[in-house]
Amino acid sequence: MSGFRVLQAGPVVSVQDMGRPGLLERGISQGGAADVLALAEGAALLRQDAGLAALEMGGIGGTFEATGALRIALTGAPMQATLEGVALAWNASHQVAAGQKLVIGAARRGVYGYLHLGGGIATDPLLGSRAVHLMGGIGRAAQAGDLLPAGPDTGRETGLGITPEDRFAGGVLRIVESFQSSLFPDAVLARFGETAFARGGRANRMGVEMVSDGAGFSAAGQLNILSEVIAPGDVQMTGDGKPFVLLRECQTTGGYPRIGTVLPCDLARVAQAGQGAALRFEWVTLQDGLEIQARYDAQVKTLPSRCAPLVRDPAEMADLLSYQLISGAVSAGADPFDTGENR
Amino acid sequence: MGRHEQLKFPVIRTVGLQGMLVSFADALSEPSNRATLGFQAALAQVAIEGVIETSTSLASVFVRFDPSSLSHDQLRAQLESLLSDQDWYGAPLPEGRRFWRVPTVYGTDLAPQLAEAADAAGMSEAQAIDSLGSARVRVLTIGFAASQPYLGTLGEEWDLPRQTALTPRVPSGALVQAIRQFVLFTAPAPTGWRHVGQTGMRLFRPEREDPFALRAGDELIFEPVARADLLRLREEDPDNGGAIVSEITS
Repeated sequence: MSGFRVLQAGPVVSVQDMGRPGLLERGISQGGAADVLALAEGAALLRQDAGLAALEMGGIGGTFEATGALRIALTGAPMQATLEGVALAWNASHQVAAGQKLVIGAARRGVYGYLHLGGGIATDPLLGSRAVHLMGGIGRAAQAGDLLPAGPDTGRETGLGITPEDRFAGGVLRIVESFQSSLFPDAVLARFGETAFARGGRANRMGVEMVSDGAGFSAAGQLNILSEVIAPGDVQMTGDGKPFVLLRECQTTGGYPRIGTVLPCDLARVAQAGQGAALRFEWVTLQDGLEIQARYDAQVKTLPSRCAPLVRDPAEMADLLSYQLISGAVSAGADPFDTGENR
Repeated sequence: MGRHEQLKFPVIRTVGLQGMLVSFADALSEPSNRATLGFQAALAQVAIEGVIETSTSLASVFVRFDPSSLSHDQLRAQLESLLSDQDWYGAPLPEGRRFWRVPTVYGTDLAPQLAEAADAAGMSEAQAIDSLGSARVRVLTIGFAASQPYLGTLGEEWDLPRQTALTPRVPSGALVQAIRQFVLFTAPAPTGWRHVGQTGMRLFRPEREDPFALRAGDELIFEPVARADLLRLREEDPDNGGAIVSEITS
């Protein structure tokens, strides 16, 4: 069977897919990739289903040896990558021959990079998913000696590239009020939206700490609130009023109060914010939040059509004049889905 | 704060974009826990299209749904209608419940915050072990991590607030205490509660056909044993650490 043998792996490398919805009642959060947009981008580049599993690499990748011919794609936080010593383009798909060595180094921006295999990674599913749930004790991080088998790959095409939404340098996080927002005085809610935050040092697949100057953000009766359900995106205040934005591998319930919930479409921006990245919260109404999310979901569906050959012979391009050949820079704060910059 | 004081239970509130929460109380009580278990069972019977999953916490039922196929207004109307169907606070407990006697070491290096908790409750360590070790508690809800129970209700003297700082890590099988409840930890994790006891319970066994040890409604007693005894029981019985289980026939 084709696949990769792990020769060496960073500390937070794990197989991830869309996770396990439906087990909240058993105390298991959905989990899955910290940046699900990267899963969708990889699937679009390989022309396959976004539900297939890929390898998530936090901060640093690893060294992998192909046990057979296979197609790969690289997405998420851009990392140094070489195949047999030759540099590979990120946000692109490539062909790998049996025995070739793939080396993925440190992230140049952002946190989580993804290695996708044609046919997906076909490790044994557990409770309906291949996603490793580090917090929940389902599976474990990848280690030297592990085999990452590829599922049956029906595709052939490689050499495609995609321009990703820039989500690797912090920016604006849109947030809606949730059921505990009213525990916070109005002045605290307003100050939360006006505060400049930076990603703190404590961050993992469960959540990310936000640090700021000035007072913490406390609710009434902060330490005696009944434990209640937690949703990914919830911004939880610990005992000293320090916010954590919870990600998909969060706990399913908790007693520290939540000031609001970041929209699902902005969660990749949280997970991918490198240490010290500047972040800010922007309150939006429930109705606006629903519309923003619906627009984003529609844009994700267009990803396959936005993949294009990495190198094209201009002689073959009848539509050459319609291409914008000099752009590509997207500002960190901008939402390319709103401006249409990311065609 | 004014907004909070006006809450009248049961109340329906939103959770992020894709969730709704039906709360029966803002404090733990026997009737409100019964109401959540009964209301969730009724929701499962109705099977509203667009609902993805439901779960319960101590006094609330959470409904996760797809807003692109079920609007907030539609779901709220359905939940209100179901709420008015009966008095949920008197709903019966689920059937098939079990009683567990769980060998537990209180204090020592295995559970280093017993002394602190005893102090906060105004007891000696020996009194605290007597009190905690004889309390028969119920699984009020499963949450936070896979198969992890919230257990209650302990006496008023155990109504201790959470710590302001997190304990960085308690091990799997740790018994922690706050706000008249225990939590028994599935996997190593940070916590704001105090680590008072250590058991050999392995609550989540992903390799088994039924990976989940406990169910909401099960009852437990954490019986004091010596440190050496627990270590031996953990060797002999790696899944349950010597816990003895029987059916509750009510």
